[in-house]
Amino acid sequence: MLPWGERWGEVRKLLERPGPFTHPDFEPSPDTLKMLQENMKVLVIGAGGLGCELLKDLALMGFTKLHVIDMDTIDLSNLNRQFLFRKKDIGESKAKVAAEFVNHRVKGCHVTYYYNKIQDFGEDFYRSFHLVVCGLDSIVARRWINGMLLSLLCYEDGMLEQNSVIPLVDGGTEGFKGNARVVLPGLTACIECTLDLFPPQVNFPLCTIAHTPRLPEHCIEYVRILLWPKENPFSSETAIDGDDPQHINWIFEKAQKRAAEYGISGVTYRLTQGVVKRIIPAVASTNAVIAAACATEAFKLATSACTPMNNYFVFNDTDGIYTYTYEQEKKEDCVACSQVPQELEMKLSDKLQDVITTLAESLQYQMKKPGLTAMIAGKTKSLYLHSPASIEEKLRPNLKKTIEELGLQDGMELAVADVTSPNTVLFRIKIKT
Amino acid sequence: MESSGGTPSCELTDKAKKYDRQLRLWGDHGQVALESGHVCLINASASGTETLKSLVLPGLGSVTIIDDTKVTPQDVGNNFFVESESVGSARGEVTLRLLLELNPEVRGTFVEQPLTEILDNQPDFFTPFSCVVATCLPECTLLTLSKVLWEAKIPLVVVRTYGMIGYLRVQMEEHTVVESHPDNEMPDLRLDRPFPALQKYIDSLDLDSMDHREHSHVPYVVILYKVLQRWIQEHGAAPASYKERKAFAEMVREGMREKESGRGDTIEENFEEGIKAVNTALLPTTIPSVVQSILNEASSITPSPTTKPFWIMARALHEFITSEGRGALPVRGTIPDMTADSEKYIKVQNLYREQAAQDADWVLRRVQEHSQQLGPRKVISSLESSVKTFCKNAHALRVIKGKSIAEEYKGSINLSEIGSHLENPDSELVWYVMLRAVDQFQSEFRAYPGYFQDQVETDIVRLKVCVNKLLADWGCGPIIKDDFIHEMCRYGAAEVHSVAAYMGGCAAHEVIKVVTGQYVPVNHTHIYSAITATSATFSL
Repeated sequence: MLPWGERWGEVRKLLERPGPFTHPDFEPSPDTLKMLQENMKVLVIGAGGLGCELLKDLALMGFTKLHVIDMDTIDLSNLNRQFLFRKKDIGESKAKVAAEFVNHRVKGCHVTYYYNKIQDFGEDFYRSFHLVVCGLDSIVARRWINGMLLSLLCYEDGMLEQNSVIPLVDGGTEGFKGNARVVLPGLTACIECTLDLFPPQVNFPLCTIAHTPRLPEHCIEYVRILLWPKENPFSSETAIDGDDPQHINWIFEKAQKRAAEYGISGVTYRLTQGVVKRIIPAVASTNAVIAAACATEAFKLATSACTPMNNYFVFNDTDGIYTYTYEQEKKEDCVACSQVPQELEMKLSDKLQDVITTLAESLQYQMKKPGLTAMIAGKTKSLYLHSPASIEEKLRPNLKKTIEELGLQDGMELAVADVTSPNTVLFRIKIKT
Repeated sequence: MESSGGTPSCELTDKAKKYDRQLRLWGDHGQVALESGHVCLINASASGTETLKSLVLPGLGSVTIIDDTKVTPQDVGNNFFVESESVGSARGEVTLRLLLELNPEVRGTFVEQPLTEILDNQPDFFTPFSCVVATCLPECTLLTLSKVLWEAKIPLVVVRTYGMIGYLRVQMEEHTVVESHPDNEMPDLRLDRPFPALQKYIDSLDLDSMDHREHSHVPYVVILYKVLQRWIQEHGAAPASYKERKAFAEMVREGMREKESGRGDTIEENFEEGIKAVNTALLPTTIPSVVQSILNEASSITPSPTTKPFWIMARALHEFITSEGRGALPVRGTIPDMTADSEKYIKVQNLYREQAAQDADWVLRRVQEHSQQLGPRKVISSLESSVKTFCKNAHALRVIKGKSIAEEYKGSINLSEIGSHLENPDSELVWYVMLRAVDQFQSEFRAYPGYFQDQVETDIVRLKVCVNKLLADWGCGPIIKDDFIHEMCRYGAAEVHSVAAYMGGCAAHEVIKVVTGQYVPVNHTHIYSAITATSATFSL
């Protein structure tokens, strides 16, 4: 057994010595390392490119009570950066293999894993953590966990109770670019406050795909969206599986054919797979940098040995190494974190579908499948829900009805539920004239 | 296996699948370059192994670790590539084994000899390496290494983690980049100097006689060109000022037709796109100043058998510009997507492509002539595709002229610049000075300040003397605040893992740039402060 003190000597210098750049609350003491090891419970969301790095980084910064959630299994294309996985692990749970590897390598560290979706757990689960660190590629999941942490906040006489705040450290990468941020839910800008930072997904207009293709991507999308459901190459109920080489190959060959008809060049197998799976390029080095920046912030938040960054960090190592750190401001009327009642404007002549389109397309909301319920004359009335299918079918005619026909009036409350948040958003209807 | 209709299946190999996410960045040729790279790491500290980790994973060819130390408990605390059972074993051996586990395609060796011995007795030791990464070296050893590698023209990347501070130094005499992958590229449309085929095609189109469908599906390059002709007739020259461009955009808008259908899209998207593109598409075709200075240098070089292919191609490019190209770079041959019908867009796209091929062909012939003059031995591998890539990236060529660490440390630093940076309280340059100072401290006292718990207080006083002496040598007053001196002593040269992981990621990335010749490396010193999560790059 190693002498504990010597092993953690490097971290202890930061924790046991005073310094001019520490948080005002910081008390140099050996107790801080003990606290880090014995009390601090940290949740890592995602055991992929960032998650693997985060587990390693946090374990070697002295955290021992780590928990990790990931619903994915290991794929061959992960191995160029997700360094806790080997070829023999393909098909296994990412969370499981990552946890077991770190537990084996870093003695004394105990990673608990969950081969789950984040939505499988509720408030009691998330409330048990002191800190959440996210390494996700999904914006929806980020928004959901943000909403979850916000729903855990307690207000006493309108004042936020500090001990209900669970800090969120979030990282993201795309190729040679990345960002890291610190969110103190209820206190600083949350994920929803800065939704406009996420570029809206690029979708080619259907008429371009169908009639006037110009790019190789248009040809691939033609096969994916229009030809596949028509020809059903692998029996009628088979949906496209981006990891099935036969599927990709079919799309690739048909797309090549279409491209040839129009004289378009550049349809390759790689591009086909990229478009179908919406692949984001990724490289070990940039992932390592962003995860490390997140781990450093987690360490600062947990120990106060240094003031956390304020609060958004942008990184790009295409041309030299460029970073920019600045404060994202809390949005006064944020849908998720402000206490301000939300207003949703609509015209009496708008159809319900128009309202849903607004919620989906406006940069401010970017919802995926909003379900709408109204309070009419003291009764809740479902206007439109995506599931279950039987209800959806029953409510579908509402989409074509106008606000007036549905009996909605100025000042009424509209509850909107969406996959982007565990919480329902309450809007007050404002009728435009 | 069953095959449908005889079309050859293009399923990827396992290797292509494994590297898929990075091949989308640097391409198959970048991967080939990486796989032929051989990197030497000096000292498998946390920063060192974190650097190698991000090189082994993407499939660097081979690695060599030089390390003459044994694994300590501190290593177990901050280095993921040792195990608690390995305390006392050779660190180079342990870390190499655990690093190579990450990727069976990478080969590796370790050397347990002290670096100083290698430097003294084996002057050619470093010749095989495409890049050397050094960590945790005392100043005098670093300077010797720097000189050896500078003379041998082997790139050196120094990476260092000191408490919450990171230091990265790239030393290369010269580094040339063809594929710099700029983030925001201006389109190369040549509206101000259309090549004959483009002009002929656009002239053949008559917007007024088009039906509604056709009119709303003309690529905007055609629209802008036609409006530009009218504008020049009226004003004598292309719109230059903001005001003129605004008026020009208005003129484009006037050509827009109301769509027939009453509801929905009443605007013509191709015209809308054209209006948005006015600012970038009408920019005069120019040669960026960075490229111009590369061309100037190329034209002054007398090619010899040792001249790098880059410079021979740059010379041919210069000749193209002064003759065939009439002052302009070869046509790039790629255009932005534009709302249009398939036929017209592809026609226009092909016109640009064909012109680009023609221009590149001219350059290729010149390169061949130059190569032949240099004798039969001088053959540039896959010449045709190299020249094509070179011409396509001509607007984004980059050359970095470096400086040796030895030269930098001699004191030929621009003092006034340092001074002005230091007075800015947020400048990361302060940390550069502090790192230089702790090195001086170490050469004097044989330990870094604050290394021993019981000497932190006395070391603060001693370090302050070192800092002020260093500043005085550079002709600056004692302008560094005590806070920084205290903080450095607090660190006691600690290599904290998350900071080491950050710096290792950065260093690996720079090595990848060096080895693949793609993207632009740091020139030349990068300082990271994990205190504020900020960083800056300096050419000192």
